[in-house]
Amino acid sequence: MAASQSSRIGEYITHHLTFLTNKPQTSIIDFSVVNYDTVFFSVLLAVLFAASFYWAARRAVANPGAPRGFQSFVEMIVEFIDNQVKDMFHGTSQLVAPLALTIFCWVFLFNAMDLLPIDLLPDIAGGLGLAHLKVVPSTDLSSVFGLSLTVFLLTIFYSVKVKGPLGFLGELTLRPFSSKNVFVQALFVPINFVLESVTFCARPISLALRLFGNIFAGEMVFALLALLTLLHSFAGLETMSGWAMMLMQAVLTFLWEVFHLLIITIQAFVFMVLTVVYLSMAHEHH
Amino acid sequence: MYINLTLIIQMAVFAVLIWFTMKFVWPPLLEKMQERERRIAQGLAAAGKGEEELKQARAGADTILREARERAGVIVDQAQRSASEILEQARSAATQEGQRLVAAAQQQIELDAARAKEQLRQQVGAIAVAAAAKLLEREIDARAHEALLNEFAAQL
Repeated sequence: MAASQSSRIGEYITHHLTFLTNKPQTSIIDFSVVNYDTVFFSVLLAVLFAASFYWAARRAVANPGAPRGFQSFVEMIVEFIDNQVKDMFHGTSQLVAPLALTIFCWVFLFNAMDLLPIDLLPDIAGGLGLAHLKVVPSTDLSSVFGLSLTVFLLTIFYSVKVKGPLGFLGELTLRPFSSKNVFVQALFVPINFVLESVTFCARPISLALRLFGNIFAGEMVFALLALLTLLHSFAGLETMSGWAMMLMQAVLTFLWEVFHLLIITIQAFVFMVLTVVYLSMAHEHH
Repeated sequence: MYINLTLIIQMAVFAVLIWFTMKFVWPPLLEKMQERERRIAQGLAAAGKGEEELKQARAGADTILREARERAGVIVDQAQRSASEILEQARSAATQEGQRLVAAAQQQIELDAARAKEQLRQQVGAIAVAAAAKLLEREIDARAHEALLNEFAAQL
């Protein structure tokens, strides 16, 4: 009994951690494998974001009077992002503010998928004959690295564009140690380069893993709370302990959802803020 | 926990999404919001100015009203004064006219009375002469006794 229970628990968790792919992935990096579920939900949420904000923008253009309903909600977000970006980014850029808006909304929508009942969409997909379904794109490493590497590439692009290739290289090699003596400086260059490039390259990794870790942990807690009643059938409702378990699951899941609301918003915000900060550093001369 | 083609797809979707936001969402929204902000600021400024103007207009109207009232008072005073003057003049003119009429009437009366007296005197004289002639049964030379007759008439 105990062995079958733990194997069912293991099955349930594994089921929730497996992507819907074209073929099983065996090595850690394999670019012939695609996570259909992540791509599907990312694109779906991207379209949702783009369509609704585009609609609000059209409404704002067509109706110059007081904004109403969803339009004012969108304008509130845009104004919030605009103020944040103005606080952190002092250059002039057509890219940074829209980028920040895109990241904040898209990542928030990614994370918000976590608030749906954990088995709802996977069970529906199961009914349609799909073996696995992971609905939260920010719990996919490929997905979060996709975001952070794009930000990373933009950072490099703007660093080179604003400071020139030599300026960018100088930033990587002439700090933090510098000396007026040419020979000492030549000695410092490799040390600086190692230090600075590690710092520089750690950015996309920390950016991606921070988001991934927080949301993945949240999802895992939902899965564990679901386990409270998973092993009981409806027969469990004939006993007091069965009812107690169900009540406990409901209360704990509710509390975790409330707390998670905070986490998903903060993580989306942090991802956005760090992106703006990195791009701001790329635009500034030291 | 694998890295796979999803990463590349995600980067592509992300790039397209950024491009879309940059092109179709952010600029019109922000432009319209800033435009509205400007319009609201202008509206508030205009409202403030309007209020100020209203206050000034009210003060101006008050001044004009007060001046008009003062002038009306002055005009009424003058009118009353000139009315009483005219009344006074008319009264004195009427009094003078009345006195003049009375005087003329008295004069006329005196004249008439004098004329009547004269006639009476003449007639009395004639009657007296006729009476005397009858009494004396003789004719009296009226001319010879004219002085006497006149004296008699004057005593009447």
